[in-house]
Amino acid sequence: MNWEPVIGLEVHVQLLTRSKIFSGASTAFGADANTQACAVDIALPGVLPVMNEQAARMAVKFGLAVDAKINRRSVFARKNYFYPDLPKGYQISQYELPIVGEGHLTIDTDDGEKTIGITRAHLEEDAGKSLHEDFHGTTGIDLNRAGTPLIEIVSEPDMRSAQEAVAYLKKLHTLVRYLEICDGNMQEGSFRCDANVSVRPLGQRKLGTRAELKNINSFRFIERAIEYEIERQIDILEDGGTVVQETRLYDPDKGETRPMRTKEEAHDYRYFPDPDLPPLELDEPFIEEVRRTLPELPDAKQQRFVAEYALSHEDATQLTASRDLADYFEAAAGATKGDAKNVANWIVGELSAYLNKENKEINESPVNAKQLALLIDRIHDNTISGKIAKEVFEAMWNGEGNADEIIADKGLKQITDSDAIEAIIDEVLARSAAQIEQYKSGQTKVFGYFVGQVMKATQGKANPQQVNEILKRKLDV
Amino acid sequence: MALDHHTVKNIARLARLQIDESNIDRYVSELSRILDFVEQMNQVDTAGVAPLAHPQGGRLRLREDVVTETDQREAFQKVAPEKEAGLYLVPKVIE
Repeated sequence: MNWEPVIGLEVHVQLLTRSKIFSGASTAFGADANTQACAVDIALPGVLPVMNEQAARMAVKFGLAVDAKINRRSVFARKNYFYPDLPKGYQISQYELPIVGEGHLTIDTDDGEKTIGITRAHLEEDAGKSLHEDFHGTTGIDLNRAGTPLIEIVSEPDMRSAQEAVAYLKKLHTLVRYLEICDGNMQEGSFRCDANVSVRPLGQRKLGTRAELKNINSFRFIERAIEYEIERQIDILEDGGTVVQETRLYDPDKGETRPMRTKEEAHDYRYFPDPDLPPLELDEPFIEEVRRTLPELPDAKQQRFVAEYALSHEDATQLTASRDLADYFEAAAGATKGDAKNVANWIVGELSAYLNKENKEINESPVNAKQLALLIDRIHDNTISGKIAKEVFEAMWNGEGNADEIIADKGLKQITDSDAIEAIIDEVLARSAAQIEQYKSGQTKVFGYFVGQVMKATQGKANPQQVNEILKRKLDV
Repeated sequence: MALDHHTVKNIARLARLQIDESNIDRYVSELSRILDFVEQMNQVDTAGVAPLAHPQGGRLRLREDVVTETDQREAFQKVAPEKEAGLYLVPKVIE
């Protein structure tokens, strides 16, 4: 039988506010345990939550960016459960009336563009952290994270493969960083994903029983976890079994998922409106003010790059993956006399390779946009060839100076003097009688040999076009 | 509205209350009476009435996003039964 996987994602996005959602404690990452957990966060008796305006602003900003309905009135509810890193015994969340309603996001798939529905996005507070190791049989609780603002973004079950799920997730990840509402740091848990996965016979409408995969913290693991889970469920169904609805954890070392909680009945959160918090009401001026802070969004930027700089769809997609990268490209393209397409090639190729190798972000690049532009200018005005430029780039990366300094220091300036090139070519031809014979008998592949010899003799500095022209002229008589 | 034994036990479990098996019959009848009392509200026709989110009405007050709290860990942890390396210690939780 042919099976169709059905995937929906729940993504928790930590908002980049300075203080917590309901208290004035700091949200900075990495502080000493419990030094940023105030009376409200640790739920001392008598405390009351006061909502952070910036958290509402950021949630609205997200909603506007995915073309979603912004609910003018949303309600905070208590989600009740007991766990030591949740000192109140409930999490303040939104249930029936979330701040952001239905929206959508477009992803690229092998079959073209696909729209993924967003069901809702609601505001809530994060829990603290439980540390299970090293405390001689007890669990250590750090409540610094308790009360950090989150939006939970819930998708429709619109994805049909692990690849689509990852494409959606990457799109979302790019978007929240563009909006500057989240730093996107998956290792530190700023951007976390749960996946609901089920399979059904192809063509069947009714959804299969789903398993929920919890807290997977990299794109690669998400893809693998979902793929493993799809296979696992298909195996069960093909053996005549039934899939159990449960929460499963992905074990990256073993590359498999395993059940986390078996007592599913425990999921009775008894939501009710939080009596400490009246409804959150947003008026038009507030929403319009947020709308004015929206930057150019990734899709629009990508389309503009294709139209304005004549880039390929792929290059434009890569260059708009982050705002910093896109800004770098535009700064370099604006500063060079060369082609924007060349700038794109250098960034997507050489520069990205160096960044990846040293695990650096674009804003940590030792070669800035202006310096790259100068290098591309020197290719454009024939001072150096593209090949030599790579050598110059390496020296720039290592801090040896700007392109002009390096070209001068290392004597890399291209030989464009036709007479000089012709002299070298004559020398090469004089000792290549056999190859000339081959060439004339129709083995035109030998042409490459002559070019190679000339480049060798000039240490790559001869202008390649001129070499080609002069060689052709001399050989094709 | 009559509760059954199972529901009473489940409510106790969700609330982390330890109850004596021999008392369950009493809880069943007492809790059922409370529910019956509240049940009277269902006689009111609420068609067309929006659910009440907050009894006092009004709208949420928002505060500016500034850090106003200082570290008071030492004071807070004075009342904690067990702590180590700045962490609150609790009986082992196994996931």
